[in-house]
Order: sequence, then C-alpha cells, then structure tokens
Amino acid sequence: MAIELKMPALSPTMEEGTLAKWLVKPGDTVKSGDILAEIETDKATMEFEAVDEGVIGDLLIAAGTEGVKVGTIIATLQGDDEAPATPAAPVAPPVVAAPVAAPRPSAPEPVAISADTINTTVREALRDAMAEEMRADDRVFVMGEEVAEYQGAYKVTQGLLEEFGPRRVIDTPITEYGFAGIGAGAAMGGLRPIVEFMTFNFAMQAIDHIINSAAKTNYMSGGQMRCPIVFRGPNGAASRVGAQHSQNYAPWYAAVPGLVVIAPYDAADAKGLLKAAIRSDDPVVFLENELVYGRSFPVPQGEDAVVPIGKARIVRPGRDVTIVAYSISVGLALEAADVLAGEGIEAEVIDLRTLRPLDTATVLESLSRTNRLVIAEEGYPVCGIASEIIAVVMEHGFDDLDAPVLRVCDEDVPLPYAANLEKAALIDAARIAAAVRKVCYR
Amino acid sequence: MAKPARPRASAASAKPAATDAPVSPAIIETAALAGEDASVFALRSLQQAHANNKRYDASDAELLHFYEQMVLIRRFEERAGQLYGLGLIGGFCHLYIGQEAVAVGVQSALRAGHDSVITGYRDHGHMLAYGIDPRVIMAELTGRAAGISRGKGGSMHMFSTEHKFFGGHGIVGAQVPLGAGLAFGHKYRDDGGVCVAYFGDGAANQGQVYETFNMAALWKLPIVFVVENNGYAMGTAVKRGSAETHFYRRGTGFRIPGMDVNGMDVLEVRQATEVALEFVRGGNGPVLMELNTYRYRGHSMSDPAKYRSREEVQDMRDKHDPIEAAKQDLLRRGVTEAQLKDIDKRIRQAVAEAADFAENSPEPAPGELYTDVLVGSY
Repeated sequence: MAIELKMPALSPTMEEGTLAKWLVKPGDTVKSGDILAEIETDKATMEFEAVDEGVIGDLLIAAGTEGVKVGTIIATLQGDDEAPATPAAPVAPPVVAAPVAAPRPSAPEPVAISADTINTTVREALRDAMAEEMRADDRVFVMGEEVAEYQGAYKVTQGLLEEFGPRRVIDTPITEYGFAGIGAGAAMGGLRPIVEFMTFNFAMQAIDHIINSAAKTNYMSGGQMRCPIVFRGPNGAASRVGAQHSQNYAPWYAAVPGLVVIAPYDAADAKGLLKAAIRSDDPVVFLENELVYGRSFPVPQGEDAVVPIGKARIVRPGRDVTIVAYSISVGLALEAADVLAGEGIEAEVIDLRTLRPLDTATVLESLSRTNRLVIAEEGYPVCGIASEIIAVVMEHGFDDLDAPVLRVCDEDVPLPYAANLEKAALIDAARIAAAVRKVCYR
Repeated sequence: MAKPARPRASAASAKPAATDAPVSPAIIETAALAGEDASVFALRSLQQAHANNKRYDASDAELLHFYEQMVLIRRFEERAGQLYGLGLIGGFCHLYIGQEAVAVGVQSALRAGHDSVITGYRDHGHMLAYGIDPRVIMAELTGRAAGISRGKGGSMHMFSTEHKFFGGHGIVGAQVPLGAGLAFGHKYRDDGGVCVAYFGDGAANQGQVYETFNMAALWKLPIVFVVENNGYAMGTAVKRGSAETHFYRRGTGFRIPGMDVNGMDVLEVRQATEVALEFVRGGNGPVLMELNTYRYRGHSMSDPAKYRSREEVQDMRDKHDPIEAAKQDLLRRGVTEAQLKDIDKRIRQAVAEAADFAENSPEPAPGELYTDVLVGSY
C-alpha cells in the first residue's frame, strides 16, 4: 500500500502554500530526513522532509503550483516491502492543478482594484509603511526579536535588513522588558523607534515601560520630554496556540491616558495608520492580527497615503443596525452583514481603527440613524472595548436606542487548545448575526 | 548588631587586594580556552587603573566648586525636609543627604550638554549638580506652576532635556534600560556622547538591569552604569537583600568591567569616572561603577529608621562625610575658613530664596490638568 504524502502545514495558521520545487523524482529511494520538496507560504520557504523510507511513486502536484491546500496528497511513496515503481518507465509529467494561474481563494471582502491602488497583503502593507518612513527619516529604526536576519517571525519586516542594514534593523535577544526600555529611552533621546513584539502576549513582560515610561513621561515632565515610539506586533487569538499566546490586549492599553492605541483591519489602514503612528510625537501601541497578515486588500499608492489617527470608518453603510468592530472582528462583522442582507436587515459596519482616542462621534452618529447597536470584539467580554462603547452609548446615546446594546465577544475563558473548544470560545459571524437579529427583534 | 552599611568606603584600600588575589585554576583554564579574547577582556583592568591613581588632582578652584555644589545639595535637601514637615511638600520625597559626592564627582567629569544622564527617584541632588536653578526644583517639590515639570511630576519626576538630564523615574530599575536607550541614541547618531545611568543597590536586583547589561555589552553601547550603593534598599540592608554584595562584580557575566569606588570622596569619584569614561568613549562598551556611599536620612520622609542604629549613622557623619572631607582638604590647601563661610552664606541665601519662591509661586492653573497627556491632536 503506497504511503500518501500530504501537503504539510508549516505554521499554526497556514491553510495553503506553493509547492515551489521537487527535490526528488519518481523512482528515487528516500529515507527518513531526506528533503523531498520546498514549500512556500506567504511567510517563508520551508523544506519538506521524508518521514518514512521507501521509493518515490508519483508526484501528483507539479512544481510551481500555488494555492495547494494543506492535506492535499502531493506524492506517493512505496514502502520498502513493496515492489518499486517501475523506474524504467518514463516519468509522467506532473499533472493536476495548473501552475501559477491556480486561483487563490478570495479574501473574505470584496476587492476593488482601481488605477491608483494595488492589491497588497496586510503583511506587505505594514512592511511598506516602515520602509517608506525609514527612507524619509533617519531617526526611524526597527528593533525586536528576529526582525533582521530571520526577516521577522511573521515576516512583517521582510527585506528591511537588506535595504537599511544592521544599524537600523536590529535583532534583539529575547528580553522584552529590556528592549522595550531601551526603545523608550532612545525615543526620549530623540530617535523614533519601532519596537516589534513577536506577539503582544510577550509584551506583558514589557508593559511597565509601555505604560510607566512611555505613556506617562510627557505628562510628568510638563510636556518637556516626549516618547515618540511605536510598539507593534500581532495581538489577539491566532490559531490553536493555546491560552498564553492568544489574548487581545486592546482593552489594557486603551485604558491608559498618554498612549495612542491603533488596531487596523485592512491593508490600507494598516499601512496608512502605521505611517501616521511612526510620524506621531506620542507613544503608539499598534495592534496587528496574525490571521489577517496574509489577507489582501487594495492599498492606495504614494508616500503620503497616511490615515489619520482617531478616526473610525464606516466600512459598510446600512440603515437598520450598527455593528461596531475593530481588527479581525471587522471581517466577521462584514460576513455577518452579508448574511443579514439576505434576510432584509441592512447593517452598518464601523471599523473603529483607533481605540484610543476613541472616535465616539462616528459611533453615536451612526446610532442616531440606526437606533440599534451591536459590538463585535475578538477578546474577553469583561471590561473590554465593547464595555466602553456601551458606557459611552449609555451616557450620550441613550435616547437614540430602540433596543439594548449587545456585545459579541469571545467566551470568558482562557483560550483552549482543542479545535472544537477553541471554535466554541471564539467570536464568529454567526454569533454577530444572531445578536443583530435580537436587537432588531427578529 | 547591624553591620555598618558602608565600611567599604573607609576600608577601600583593602578591597583592590581582593581583585589581585591569586587566580583560581578554573579561571586560568577558562582564560586559556578563551585564548586571545581573554587578553582583551578588561574586566579587571579598570579597577587596576583606578587603584593605581585614586584621586583626581583638582585645582583649588575646582575643589572649591565641588565643595560649593555639595553644600548646595546638602542645604537644599535639608530645607526640602523642613518644607515636607510643614506640609508644603507632599507624597514621596527622597533626600540625597550624604550622597553628594557621587553626583558632583561624576557630573564634573561629563561634557555638559553632550553626555546624557538618567537616574531614579532620588533625583534632586543630580539636578542641582547639573547647575539647574534651585528655585524651579524646589517649586516642583511644592507642586507649583513654576516647577521644572510645571508641578505635574513632583520630587521623583524632574527632567531637563536642555541639560540632557532625562529624569527622574519612579519604577525601581526602569532608568537602566532607558539609559541604555539614550546610549543607543548616542551611538546611532555617532555623536560621541555617553550616558550615565544611576541606580541604587536595591535596583541592582531587578531583572531588567541584567537584560540591559547583556544588550549594552553586546552592542557596545556608550554607557556608564553607576550603582549608588548607600547600604540600604529602603530598609533592607545590602547583606539581607543581595547574594553578591560587591555590585561592581555584577557585570562580570556580561563582560562588563567593574570599578569599586569610595563614593564619599568627591575627588576619588571624579578620578574613577574619568577612567570609566575613557574606556567607554574608546568604543569599548559599558562600565559598571559601584560608588559606596551612605544616606543619612531615611529612604523617604516616612522612614521609621528601625533598621539601623543611630550610632551607625553618626559614625558615618563623623568619619566619612564628603563635605567635611572636602573642607579639610581645602583648609590644608590654604583656603581660609572665611572663604568657606562666604560660600556657606551664599548657599543659605540661595536656598532660602528657592524656598520662598517655591512657597509663594502659584499652583498650576486648573486647565493644566488636561495638558501634556498627548503631544498631538487626533
């Protein structure tokens, strides 16, 4: 019985990849540890090793094929105790999916390409923002774990070392408290550091410098000593990485005066807001999301495509209900809005984009038209951004409400590992849609 | 009986002997393995350079200036203590009395407006050593609009970016990586500047200090780490809180050379700082100086002082006072009692003016509550 070799997942969030190159051909004898193929994801190129011994049977996916789903059978292997594949037989050219042109699964959002925009992943948009600002201002530099030679743990800083060199793209030891402090000190001394945390879960080690050193110094010094620094990295739940690597810290940082807190969703905002963050004279916590890094969106071109801090955006207009969201939950809210539209409910979706200062005016204005509000937040339900929005609405929008405000968040538990439990714990479009039906009394 | 916290200042001469002690076979073996690297490993060389030439050869004018600065700090802090007692200064107030030689000696070796300095919350003395107007410092203590932080920082949070004095930080040890960040900036801009980061024997046990040692040595940052060892982390004597009480050795694991310095002698502090600065300015990376000193007053104003004896404090005052030592030195050089009295008088006058100013200037306008939270408008 031939062993089936399947497209491997090379990271917790990988769903598909490119079979870049075969390093074996049918009839080759391989043993455990031999490299069979090179597989590319949007983050990295990895080698795919044999686990079993045997003789390569058929190569089922041609080299160069993009969009190969994890789990697809890509080759077969004859075990030692079986008759080898006839080596003399001419090797059939690899078949199946047409290379290169293989359609990529579309992003969850409609992608409109106009003349002055270009389709870009969030990951590339973030990198482009840093590169453009580094070209424009020598004071800007990037430091963090694996940002330079490794090209970024999530490949966000890919290519920066080559362009800007080790003076400005600096690998740190694994020492978050220390390098967050060094970054804050460099900012106080007049530089413009971008400090990357591999994920914001690790920034808890450094939170003293983010809050006590970066956020409070300007006030404590009577405006004399500024700290223009950007702390950035992925935040929130990724995929099956367990409780310690899956937390949304937006409510923590958004609670602190002296900080600017940004959590973009799409690539245009990721780029435009990161540029604004780097140019800001204030300390900025810039919360990204690993699950969104690989999604593509149209991004306006040009060095001046800066998105203003502190302005929410209506990403989908609607008259019946307002769904307020930020970061990954914007995508879920749009998904829910699509479903609801089929039921005759037109939902307006607001992307907060900046969490501190919060653009309450946009939320309240929308509420005054729709009279119903649901908040979608990928994070704990207690004391979250959703709680804050509800408080704002109670104080300033009470008379506009036709129904109680509902929040849709993750379950109030540390994120579990088991696939079914994780799914049960996390916010999804169906739960948002259900909450909307409830506030619409449907 | 509590061991006198800082016998090492008085017995300083005995200490270099320890560093010259026969090297253990294990160390020799390690050195042999390291080969050439060991020859440039300067862990002990700075201490040796310091031992060879301990005291700065100050001119009379220089020593008079040091004396005047130390007296200013002493009188200023005494007055701050009084104002605290009167309720004019609130919150925390950490006095620098006894430690004057450290700030004055180190500061005198720096290039003003070029090198940067950062410290913890015991910061008034450092501000004064920089020549910052005592009136705006005292007005900050009393929480007035004219204070250097416009009354919004208080005793622990004073800054003067003009003087490259970067505070004034209240979280124990936080100034150490911040200081390394300032040093990073000097290196990034290649401006030849050095950062001096002061911290106490208590802060020396914080993890972030060692994270910083690692990166500062790895990246050869131009920084002098100065441990002001005043014997007590709040009320915890060094011996009760530290496994290694010789703080100058604490950089060894990061290849940072250490120096053990009598922090009660302003000329020894100055000379040792020159040795450290020469090494750092040479692009060799950081130096760790331990300045053994003593704080006469409590940790803060609310210190019950149950952890040490009155006799211990009195002994330090009588035998190791940095101001008295400088005074005797000046008298031996032929400076007259009258000259010194003139200085004392002038300083009392300046401190009285500072106190009047601080007491009589207005509090911040209510609208100041909302200013300086963010720089930008969003």
